[in-house]
Amino acid sequence: MTSKTYDVVIIGAGIVGSACAAECVREGLSVAIIEAGIIGGGATAAGMGHLVVMDDSEAQFALTRYSQQLWDELSDQLPREVEHDACGTIWIAADDGEMAGALRKQKFYAERGVQTEILDAHSLAEAEPNLRQGLIGGLRVPGDSVIYPPCAVQFFVDEALAKGARLFLGKAVERVTADGVRLRDGTSISAGVIVNSAGSWSPLLTPGLDVKKRKGHLVITDRYPGFLRHQLVELGYSKSAHSVTADSVAFNIQPRKTGQLLIGSSRQYGVDDSHVDTSILTRMLDRAIEYLPGLRNLSSLRTWTGFRAATPDKLPLIGPHAEHKRLYLATGHEGLGITTSLGTAKLLVAQIMNRATAIPVAPYLPARLAQEPMHA
Amino acid sequence: MPETVKLLVNGVSVEMPVGSMVSAAILKTGTFAFRRSATGEPRGPLCGMGICFECRVTIDGEQHCRSCQTVCKDGMDVRTDG
Amino acid sequence: MGDAHHVCDVLVVGAGPAGLAAAWRAAQSGLRVVVVDDNPTAGGQIWRGRSPDARVWFERVRDIRMICGARVFHQPEPRTLLAETRDGVCELSFATLVLATGARERFLPFPGWTLPNVMGAGGLQALVKTGLPIEGKRVVAAGSGPLLLAVATYLRKRGAQVLLIAEQASSARLARFVAGAVGKMSQAFDLKRQLRGVPYRSGCWVVEAKGHEKLESVTLVRGRKRWQVACDYLACGFHLVPNVELAELLGCVVENGSVRVDDFQQTTVSNVYSAGETTGIGGLELSLIEGEIAGLAAGGKHEIARELFPARAKERKFAELLDHTFALREELKQLAQPQTIVCRCEDVTFERLREHDSWRAAKLQTRCGMGPCQGRVCGGAVEFLFGWKAESVRPPILPVKIDSLLGHGFSRIEADQ
Repeated sequence: MTSKTYDVVIIGAGIVGSACAAECVREGLSVAIIEAGIIGGGATAAGMGHLVVMDDSEAQFALTRYSQQLWDELSDQLPREVEHDACGTIWIAADDGEMAGALRKQKFYAERGVQTEILDAHSLAEAEPNLRQGLIGGLRVPGDSVIYPPCAVQFFVDEALAKGARLFLGKAVERVTADGVRLRDGTSISAGVIVNSAGSWSPLLTPGLDVKKRKGHLVITDRYPGFLRHQLVELGYSKSAHSVTADSVAFNIQPRKTGQLLIGSSRQYGVDDSHVDTSILTRMLDRAIEYLPGLRNLSSLRTWTGFRAATPDKLPLIGPHAEHKRLYLATGHEGLGITTSLGTAKLLVAQIMNRATAIPVAPYLPARLAQEPMHA
Repeated sequence: MPETVKLLVNGVSVEMPVGSMVSAAILKTGTFAFRRSATGEPRGPLCGMGICFECRVTIDGEQHCRSCQTVCKDGMDVRTDG
Repeated sequence: MGDAHHVCDVLVVGAGPAGLAAAWRAAQSGLRVVVVDDNPTAGGQIWRGRSPDARVWFERVRDIRMICGARVFHQPEPRTLLAETRDGVCELSFATLVLATGARERFLPFPGWTLPNVMGAGGLQALVKTGLPIEGKRVVAAGSGPLLLAVATYLRKRGAQVLLIAEQASSARLARFVAGAVGKMSQAFDLKRQLRGVPYRSGCWVVEAKGHEKLESVTLVRGRKRWQVACDYLACGFHLVPNVELAELLGCVVENGSVRVDDFQQTTVSNVYSAGETTGIGGLELSLIEGEIAGLAAGGKHEIARELFPARAKERKFAELLDHTFALREELKQLAQPQTIVCRCEDVTFERLREHDSWRAAKLQTRCGMGPCQGRVCGGAVEFLFGWKAESVRPPILPVKIDSLLGHGFSRIEADQ
């Protein structure tokens, strides 16, 4: 059975797919969204919802910064359930080496127009009284904020539907075809453009895609309003995010508007099952307790896991597939999917419409990974 | 062997039979709102058996204690958040 | 720090009637038995506060190690459970497990049900048993199930003014119940006598609880009649649902909300037994018999266990009668209004939940069921209202301190023979 032809069919209604769908309908494109489970039910449901600017590379900075500006513009329109909270981030320095890193970070951001504030030990303690004694200081980034991602996805999907998009909910894509997708129930959907935004499932639909699952754990506590004011991340976080093989944990904690604390983070490669791994959980919590000793006695309500979609070079895939004429990729966002969803949507749609992009798109093109290394 | 214990509920002294739960002590002082819900509604005990978590109060400085599952002890300091 | 490690042959989770019966029988076989329970004292709900009725049973288990105030939250590896106590984490190692985790009340949302002094029926009874003065207070008991009668009787004995018992089941169903519950007639007559003067209305339910900051009155309907009753407490519960979370965590098959067991009370997990309300709501006598069978089977005494099968069969007929009599009528689905809170932990209203067509979507979008009660209060309601079933459980199956989630070193305590 063949249905109408859409301008764009988007596979996966997570934060990235739904943001792309909303952007497409804004451009007047006809859109079909296909979601096998529930909207926002993949990595989006396991994400921290931290809207953060990052400096691991120019390309990462550009995309996070661009996206953050888009989130800021959007924040007034977001419904209450999205719980947008401009609480800011503090990157914590536990030793002099990390403090030097904080200063480098500050310089990097300052040169690029991102306002930050260096905190010494005293002002860090004032900003976050529950941190342990003996930390050197940190870097406060007031422009960072926090949201509750699943409701943001609903917001984007609602916008798309209001503007005529069609949602195929509970429908799995069996494969991408030459001119669209074929669903497992036999339905064919034809489209001018196919967008694979299926996160950690994207390699199943685009064979050869170098996107691997990276498992993460989270714990959420009961309500403790005032325990934390900012999202806190250790400056050693990059070590965890950079490792390509070893299991790692890093201190990363977020105060929700509800007063609940969301505790992360962990990274594991090559693990396929979603069970809560007690030893990794313990390592992650031990790390968090090192920074916030009072965490020990707080009541924890739930633990869960999720799978990030990771690429070899830590940058997402945004753009046309090297071979398939109609296929675009919007996946591989690892731990930055929530933040960079908006920038991704803009970059994707600009490429689809063959327009200039607001930031250089070359670092995110899927073709970069398919390239042979250049020889002198 | 004493038959009662004395504890403080929001600074007020209450005497309860040995083996009583903190929830009963709170209600005995005429306090029916133990805490405020997510949207600020006053809430009190519902299930009486430790599964609804509506009876949570701060006991001796520790938040989110289920008062219906906590035995009254001499000198206990109970604070409601109603 | 207060961590402990107990080793035993048979671990019984739940110190209510089924648990105590199982522990007694298992101990009789010479096995090392440990009983663990979340409540501060043994007895479960029905024997809360060491009820005198249960004296013979408490005598029987006098020498068995009881760990109260311990909430089981995780199974880190086979044949090991972790329980959190006030002092730390208790590691419980066992060869055989008996789940006697009992049941909880089913709550249905209606306008005003979140007002202070609106409680479960068992809830108000538990509070009075643990020290709440009820003398002279006006109480309306409503909802469904034999628990309403038991609670009304108890409260009256403690000096409460029980104004009315409102049972949603129809008089026709109740008549069939009385006819079918032949073996329980003496109990029934006794209750009837104790409740003389208290109106018992079938086909009747509360549609609204009213009050400013706390309960002041309830509105009841019965057929076309609608009236208000001023009162101090509303004891309202709609029968019982088994506590199956631990069974699910262990991988036991759960059917229609109760744990599936074979003739010897063994679950689908080979070293795990279950007895009492956890396997299906059936009342005190059935819980005791099932507990004994489980304890005997755990101790290898299958022939003696078999001798109890006829009594169990008889009590199971009563259980079926209970199920049928107190099934919830369709009209109760109209109780919740758009603005009525369904999830009390997160204050999620009925109209917000109605927007979704699956439990997973509703949970993710509204956080219904994601609060401390982990869906135990709203779960019964959303199943009745929407047909949504609870999902798989993850540890911790009860909220615990972050500290309890960490791996621990333990000092071993061998259970006494």
